[in-house]
Amino acid sequence: MAKVTTIKKACAVNPLKMSQPIGAALAFMGVANSMPTLHGSQGCTAFGLVLFVRHFKEAIPMQTTAMNEATTIMGGFDNIEQAILNIHKRANPSFIGIASTGLTETKGDDVDGYLALVRKKHPELENLAMVYVSTPDYVGAFQDGWAKAVEKMIRELAESGPLVPNQINVLAGSHLTPGDIEELREIVEAFGFRPIIFPDLSGSLDGHVPDNFSPTTLGGTTVDDIRRLGFSQFTLAVGEHMRAAAQALQEKTGVGFEVLDSVTGLAAGDRLMTLLSQTSGRPVPNKYRRQRSQLVDAMLDAHFHFGGKRVAIGAEPDLLWAIGSLFAGMGSKLSAVMTTTQSPLLEQLPAEEVCIGDLEDLEERAADCDLLITHSHGRQMAERLDIPFLRMGIPMFDRLGAAHQVSVGYRGTRDLLFQVANMFMAQAHEPGPMDWPVQSAEGASCGSCTSAASH
Amino acid sequence: MDALSKKVQEVFDEPACGKNQGKSEKERKKGCTKQLQPGAAAGGCAFDGAKIALQPITDVAHLVHGPIACEGNSWDNRGAKSSGSRLYRTGFTTDINELDVVYGGEKRLYKSVKEIIDKYDPPAIFVYQTCVTALIGDDIEAVCKAASQKFGKPVIPVNAPGFVGSKNLGNKLAGEALLDHVIGTQEPDYLTPYDINIIGEYNLAGELWQVKPLLDEMGVRILSCISGDAKYREVAYSHRAKAAMMVCSKAMINIARKMEERYEIPFFEGSFYGITDMSDSLRQIAKLLVDKGAPDELLARTERIIAREEARFWQRMEPFKDRLKGIKVLLITGGVKSWSVVAALQEVGMEIVGTSVKKSTLEDKQKIKELMGEDAHMIEDMTPREMYKMLKDAQADIMLSGGRSQFVALKAKMPWLDINQERHHAYAGYEGMVKLVEEIDNSLHNPVWEQVRKPAPWDNPFLEVMAAPGSLSPALEAAA
Repeated sequence: MAKVTTIKKACAVNPLKMSQPIGAALAFMGVANSMPTLHGSQGCTAFGLVLFVRHFKEAIPMQTTAMNEATTIMGGFDNIEQAILNIHKRANPSFIGIASTGLTETKGDDVDGYLALVRKKHPELENLAMVYVSTPDYVGAFQDGWAKAVEKMIRELAESGPLVPNQINVLAGSHLTPGDIEELREIVEAFGFRPIIFPDLSGSLDGHVPDNFSPTTLGGTTVDDIRRLGFSQFTLAVGEHMRAAAQALQEKTGVGFEVLDSVTGLAAGDRLMTLLSQTSGRPVPNKYRRQRSQLVDAMLDAHFHFGGKRVAIGAEPDLLWAIGSLFAGMGSKLSAVMTTTQSPLLEQLPAEEVCIGDLEDLEERAADCDLLITHSHGRQMAERLDIPFLRMGIPMFDRLGAAHQVSVGYRGTRDLLFQVANMFMAQAHEPGPMDWPVQSAEGASCGSCTSAASH
Repeated sequence: MDALSKKVQEVFDEPACGKNQGKSEKERKKGCTKQLQPGAAAGGCAFDGAKIALQPITDVAHLVHGPIACEGNSWDNRGAKSSGSRLYRTGFTTDINELDVVYGGEKRLYKSVKEIIDKYDPPAIFVYQTCVTALIGDDIEAVCKAASQKFGKPVIPVNAPGFVGSKNLGNKLAGEALLDHVIGTQEPDYLTPYDINIIGEYNLAGELWQVKPLLDEMGVRILSCISGDAKYREVAYSHRAKAAMMVCSKAMINIARKMEERYEIPFFEGSFYGITDMSDSLRQIAKLLVDKGAPDELLARTERIIAREEARFWQRMEPFKDRLKGIKVLLITGGVKSWSVVAALQEVGMEIVGTSVKKSTLEDKQKIKELMGEDAHMIEDMTPREMYKMLKDAQADIMLSGGRSQFVALKAKMPWLDINQERHHAYAGYEGMVKLVEEIDNSLHNPVWEQVRKPAPWDNPFLEVMAAPGSLSPALEAAA
């Protein structure tokens, strides 16, 4: 059980946190043929866009209502209407997801009302799905924006209908990479299910070369599939922050759900396999029995290197939970733990203290750590502390392959363990004759000894 | 806010701006920013522009007063390099919460300034206004003034909230902040007849250091560069320079002009990109300094250096000439860079099949016409789809642009080179031009293109790939 502390200071230094609207925008990017749009000044979109381009190394569809001083004060109806019409004309998406920003929330635009009005005025938009989510920048963090967007899309779009046998839903949290989602899909399909994964970044941001140019997302959950979420047998919500969305779906359509707080590590993998096996009535395929055995072997081999290591982690709550639990389960000590926003998981973490704060706070606590885990913004800190640095989370702009990092399932966990163990091994200290000085010996600090050692 | 709208109006009215000179008074009042189109806009806001312009000042703390988005989503993402302090790469923000929005964020801002001084003790703090804090009426100028007095340290308000306009407007408002609060507040230890300012150069990828050794050899001292690799002190005493070079007219013309007015520092507009431009710039620097009283021999010394460097450059180009002759380049970049890069690429035998002029002045366009002929393909606004088509149809062999359109080229399986602010290579001066040509050559002749353009085996009509159900392996069949 950890003590959860919110760091009290006026100035955040080296932020760990990113804002809600771009979390919502990324969730909208998991919808096929979609155009995420921020209702704010054009800079709100530009910053998010650059961030995602640098992380995914992909073109990012993202638009803005381009609010200025006057339109903010007068209200943004005209801008919302124009933005929708322009996007409809230029990109012709099936879906426009609109997230508010700090700017428009401070003024207090009723965007749901605007959308109803736009629909009434423009019958030609009949086939265009539009969802608005309220995500002020000055509340919560990236993960919250993602969660709210998914919940709102479900509330607006999901329908009840006849049960489709073998169809199950996977509500994917923002901590999952496109590679993670691909791995989960394979696992779920191996039990004979046809999953609707939502949001599905593995179709839109997995880094593939399409046959033609598209101004909208290249793939993702189709609007039709979002509607059919209510036809499924069951919902797997991956990540605690997907609970509200799963609940909303149950309220609306009656589809039961289970929240998997993590799908990384042996126990979490076992739980996933058990659940899928029970729901499908099929035995766990041999492939996964073998992968489990490989993971157990990897844990045995790697525990020498993980055991006793002090780890500093800065991540959003659900990623922190998955990775923190894995490391603690391998014998490492979570000595410095920083996150961005509240979550019921925080106090359950196997650490003494979990703080909501920034990378300056993490750096202060990480001085004696053996490994730093956070997103790419930890690079300056890792250099200053001179410790190995495992990049996880968004943004990861100074390495390739962020989309394909896999840390879920038996196989993903196995590979992550090897990667980290290798980092520890590379850092291993080569013993020398001066490593074990007699602490209490007389004259131990004679001049000749030190000068010899410094050669 | 009134003071801010006055400032914005003043910046719009910039008399030295080439684009402005061609406008009627009424048009000038309307401002240089085109009305942004909701749903079809791209690019940063005024805050973004202000931050780009000032962040290269390396030893100050850049504090963003606003919600987490403005700094949290964007910090440490630019390529301005430093020879000393790393403080400019530290992200500082008041990260205001809901209560601050209701009760005002001025107290938090003041406390933030104090915390930064206690922990980091920088020579100055720049405080950036953002949309939300502007909207709720936080008076950053008053807070900065109070904090300056209390802590005995310059705390500089940069009043360019995102919603007042584009990135370019933000560049200029940042310039105004320097003019109002920084420039002229300190004195250099000593002066020489060879002291210059370089204005609008951000030392991206270290480009200033491709130029500085030549200036050193000429005996010219960069008194201050605004703002690449600058220290606060250098900007504060920049008013003592003898002459100035303005590198990017779009960004900081107001600084150059007002410094000429206030401190009689003559300036010229030049570029470090391309051989001709580089040589011209060195010449102009020498000439302005001599006009201001530096010994004549500077001119001859400069010519000797230029002659040596140009000869060396052409010698180094020999191996590339055959390899790059007739290569068709699509150049998508902003403003002044267009024509200087056009000239440079033509110098080594490449053909420019199109260049963007979205941010160019009339004068820029004229220069492009001179270089590329009357029927120059000038692109006002090209959609990504059009770029993709142009590349896919092989109307161009390579695209040079900013990161935004990178994937348009790569997905068309065409070579691409980054020439904007996030680039990793330095392309300034003679050395930079060699590097640019090398990079183009590397990119064009990389064997990867041939491989990635090959169709997948199942897309090859002459190959029969197993398709019948019976030909699947048992494992695949089970999965199907």
